[in-house]
Amino acid sequence: MGYSGFKVIKEGLFGQKGWKPVWRNPDPKPEYDVIVIGGGGHGLSTAYYLAKEHGITNVAVLEKGYLGGGNVGRNTTIVRANYMLPGNSEFYSHSLKLWEGMEQDLNYNTMMSQRGVMMLCHSDGQRDYFARRGNSMVNQGDDAELLTPEQVRAEAPMIDFDNVRFPIYGGLMHRRGGTARHDAVAWGYARGADQCGVDLIQNCEVTGIDIEGGVVRGVQTSRGAIRAKKVAIVVAGRSSQVAAMAGMRLPIESHVLQAFVSEGLKPILPSVISFGMGHFYISQSDKGGLVFGGDLDFYASYAARGNLPMKEHVMEAAMTLMPSIGKARVLRSWGGIMDMSPDGSPIIDKTETEGLFLNCGWCYGGFKAVPGSGYSYAHLIAKGEHHAPAARFRLDRFRTGVGLMDEEGTGAQHNLH
Amino acid sequence: MRLPCPICGDRDRREFYYQGHATMLNRPSADAGTATWDDYLHNRENPAGETRDLWHHEAGCGAWIVVTRNTVTHEVSGAVLAEKAKT
Repeated sequence: MGYSGFKVIKEGLFGQKGWKPVWRNPDPKPEYDVIVIGGGGHGLSTAYYLAKEHGITNVAVLEKGYLGGGNVGRNTTIVRANYMLPGNSEFYSHSLKLWEGMEQDLNYNTMMSQRGVMMLCHSDGQRDYFARRGNSMVNQGDDAELLTPEQVRAEAPMIDFDNVRFPIYGGLMHRRGGTARHDAVAWGYARGADQCGVDLIQNCEVTGIDIEGGVVRGVQTSRGAIRAKKVAIVVAGRSSQVAAMAGMRLPIESHVLQAFVSEGLKPILPSVISFGMGHFYISQSDKGGLVFGGDLDFYASYAARGNLPMKEHVMEAAMTLMPSIGKARVLRSWGGIMDMSPDGSPIIDKTETEGLFLNCGWCYGGFKAVPGSGYSYAHLIAKGEHHAPAARFRLDRFRTGVGLMDEEGTGAQHNLH
Repeated sequence: MRLPCPICGDRDRREFYYQGHATMLNRPSADAGTATWDDYLHNRENPAGETRDLWHHEAGCGAWIVVTRNTVTHEVSGAVLAEKAKT
């Protein structure tokens, strides 16, 4: 079933009775060519690109809960390609290009809104760093603009420009960045994969990975054993548990990241804005709610809820940046389980088991990577070789020390990212 | 969250710096080889459930402590000084 403006009007005239379920709800078959473990954004896009780009349609996505019920269903929805280091730079550049064509490709409204991502700087040193980072982005072929304080004021007049402690020295504007509707991204990829013949199997928890003689043979699940020629793990915060079923110990520690939404307000924010003195970023959803978040709570956690000190830090940063939002009430907050890697960059690689693939370590930045991650992972699974934009996301970089991608420059150590 | 410092008693989480899993105490010998060091520095069991992790009471007595904690419920069940912890 294709979607169009005409279809919306027609259904409006006839009582909305013509809409059908967007994907099937099949029982698992005994065997597949590829099993993707994890029905989140990355897993669904992997399945979609396996089918679309490589013609591999005998694929199952196994999800222990419901599709898109994890981090893709709860995040701050920011899309950007403003990384600096080789490895990340080309990957997120490729991912942003996929974002730009996603709605046409999927025939699905993911509400991709290139409203810009503006990072603020508050010192000479920070402005110099932004100039350098902007140059890296331009060299990669993406867009970056160094804004003066006056230009920042023209973009976002509600920021506090009289703050003597954290004065606004300027900003780095990335106009092709923005936000997208997170659930729609998961649903769009799910629908696209389903239409290509991929089986999306929900309420199906993987409980074991079958390996014989170093070759993967399939998985054990809560709905029985399923054989497969290839198995692809992409389970974000639960990566360590699933990889342990294949006897692996990963360089991953799961942490909690919190985010917040306010009540709906009239439009006051033009773009995504990140505060440069304290970890804080904010945007406004199309519904009017302010969507904002901060840093990790900084301790290992699977609780999917955070503690009060980070909430306090985020609210303080909000009030410092924009005192005008102080009377807005917070509607809800949540905590997601982040698969933190030692250098803060992801892993898309083969494993020592033939036919078993690993995609994890997206830390707190997985949403913008959804199309690029699926595209590159599907390439690796289908062809057995790394896709060029993701070729540096190697698992062995921690052992060798070669090719670490530490954007923050703090070291490849677990508690530093 | 409050952590039970063996010296100071229950103290606010903000007084502590989180280092990571208590496996950090099992430092291999200098000649243990690349694989052992890689495992020590990077790879983690990352348990969903009870864990033991290393915290520094930096805004308090300065002690390094090993906290037994549940990563799913955030329940804290005890802490000992790192120097007395059995690793």
